[in-house]
Amino acid sequence: MIHLERLHKTYFGAQPLHVLKGIDLDIAQGELVSIMGASGSGKSTLLNILGILDDYDEGTYMLDGTLIKHLSETRAAHYRNRMIGFIFQSFNLISFKTAVENVELPLFYQGVSRRKRHAIAMDELDKMGLTDWATHYPAELSGGQRQRVAIARALATRPRIILADEPTGALDSKTGVEVMQLLRRLNADEGITMVIVTHDPNVAAQTGRVIRIKDGVIEHAAR
Amino acid sequence: MRIDIDTYHELLQTLSRNKTRTFLTGFGVFWGVFMLLGLIGGGAGLEQMLSSNFEGFATNSAWVFEQQTTKPYKGHRKGRWWSLCLSDVERLRQQVAGIDVVTPVLSQWGVHAVVGDKVFSAVVKGIYPDYARVETPKLLYGRYLSDADMVGHRKVCVIGRRVYESLFPYGGDPCGSKLRLDSTYYTVIGVNVASGGININGSANESVYVPIPLMRATFNRGEQVDLLALTVRKGVTVTDITPAVKHTIQRAHEIAPTDDDAVMVFNTEVMFGLMESLFSGVNLLILLVGIGTLLAGAIGVSNIMMVTVRERTTEIGIRRAIGATPRMVLAQILSESLLLTIVAGCSGIVFAVIVLQMLQMGVDASGGATGHFQVSFGAAIGAAVLLSVLGVVAGLAPAMRAMTIKPVDAMRED
Repeated sequence: MIHLERLHKTYFGAQPLHVLKGIDLDIAQGELVSIMGASGSGKSTLLNILGILDDYDEGTYMLDGTLIKHLSETRAAHYRNRMIGFIFQSFNLISFKTAVENVELPLFYQGVSRRKRHAIAMDELDKMGLTDWATHYPAELSGGQRQRVAIARALATRPRIILADEPTGALDSKTGVEVMQLLRRLNADEGITMVIVTHDPNVAAQTGRVIRIKDGVIEHAAR
Repeated sequence: MRIDIDTYHELLQTLSRNKTRTFLTGFGVFWGVFMLLGLIGGGAGLEQMLSSNFEGFATNSAWVFEQQTTKPYKGHRKGRWWSLCLSDVERLRQQVAGIDVVTPVLSQWGVHAVVGDKVFSAVVKGIYPDYARVETPKLLYGRYLSDADMVGHRKVCVIGRRVYESLFPYGGDPCGSKLRLDSTYYTVIGVNVASGGININGSANESVYVPIPLMRATFNRGEQVDLLALTVRKGVTVTDITPAVKHTIQRAHEIAPTDDDAVMVFNTEVMFGLMESLFSGVNLLILLVGIGTLLAGAIGVSNIMMVTVRERTTEIGIRRAIGATPRMVLAQILSESLLLTIVAGCSGIVFAVIVLQMLQMGVDASGGATGHFQVSFGAAIGAAVLLSVLGVVAGLAPAMRAMTIKPVDAMRED
């Protein structure tokens, strides 16, 4: 599903920062993988590259058989929309849109008809147990509910892969456990490939494989 | 991206997030359009109002008056009073090329015009029928003076609007009624309602026109006339013939050829020209002020959209992350700018039309000179097109900026 070969990334600022120094990584279809590492180790940069939010300098990134390199912004947006679902630590819901409108948004960009995208969004919210909260704004929802709306949004376009950046980071431990259970169930039931970046060893322990990054190289990719 | 009801819902959502700011931003455009159209409509009305004062007057006419001489000549002292006379008409006709009509006018002020118990202090003017070619009458009732009236010394008259309104307060056709001027009775044959804002020896409104031969006899005026009215042929200007007119009169009345002030030629052509150039200047000023105000409004929109884009970096980043292409972001910001500009601008158009209509009603109610205080349909459409262009231009810089927001930068800001 994901194939990385000698991937390099340098940020060119006042002082060039070589963040990823030759990453080799393969993630198979349906895998549940976590990426761990200290702050500044390069794990978020790696996730951004995997999510086509950022470009890389050297190496190869194949996503589902497609070479992802130097894409135009429009093509990158197209791939993100159709292949990838994002879950962020701070949920990143649009505050002035209701839960269901947030879930509908990626479908809106995909050109799905109004009636159809509403039906899909309601279905996804239903799966998250949020039917009654569909017309509520993010500010009216609890942290766990917001993250479940974000998961529903990530799932709405039927992505091949879900990238989660500290999905439990902003949640209390009980809610964090619930969210992880949900992600594991989605992985098991629907076979969606998941890559989770986390600090939390408890979260990592629930994934099939832990990839540890240190100073821009993969230190350990235990199965 | 589909264009459906949610596209508009989305625009309303973003614009209504900060209602006060949206309102104030829109107000700039609203005021700009209101100023532009209000000034254009107001200016046009004012121009018409002033022009209506000249209604009926041939734009190529001139009036010749007598003035005291300012130079001694051929044994005459300076400061002499002299008089225009009937023979000057024939003289000018024969000696000055380019004259179309030249006709004498006699005037008598403060004549009591009486019908029943109604009295009006009128100006009686003795004229020939060809005077109608200098000051075109607008007849509400009846007819104008004719050659037969002149030849037959008929005691007939044409009355002005105010004379009619004062002497016949119940309206209706006064033709055939008797009207007494001092001690002589005349039959009213017509009502002239030309606005006659120009007052040359009494305005048309307050005048009673009678045949000049009759007036010469009844008011004992002999050969002397008060003024000569003339028009010029096509292709000739009044300015061209003015020196010849003056010289002819000067020669006939033994006035020094260099005594420019003794013969006064009032040139309406110059006056029309002055008014035209005045209004061209006023219109230019109106356009400058109006478009300037509108531009200031549009710059306000652009400025606020810029701030809005800055504030919405994270939101735009999220949209980009979940699949919005740069073009979709561009379209979104441009649409917001366009919607705001057009809604505010169209409100400005409507408000300007309402205010101008109220002004129109006020002017109509006050009577007197009339003007059409309104913007043309074309001007309103032009303003709407201008607004659309301004809306796009105002949104362009912020939209381009929004387009460059990368999702990863936006996430980092969070």
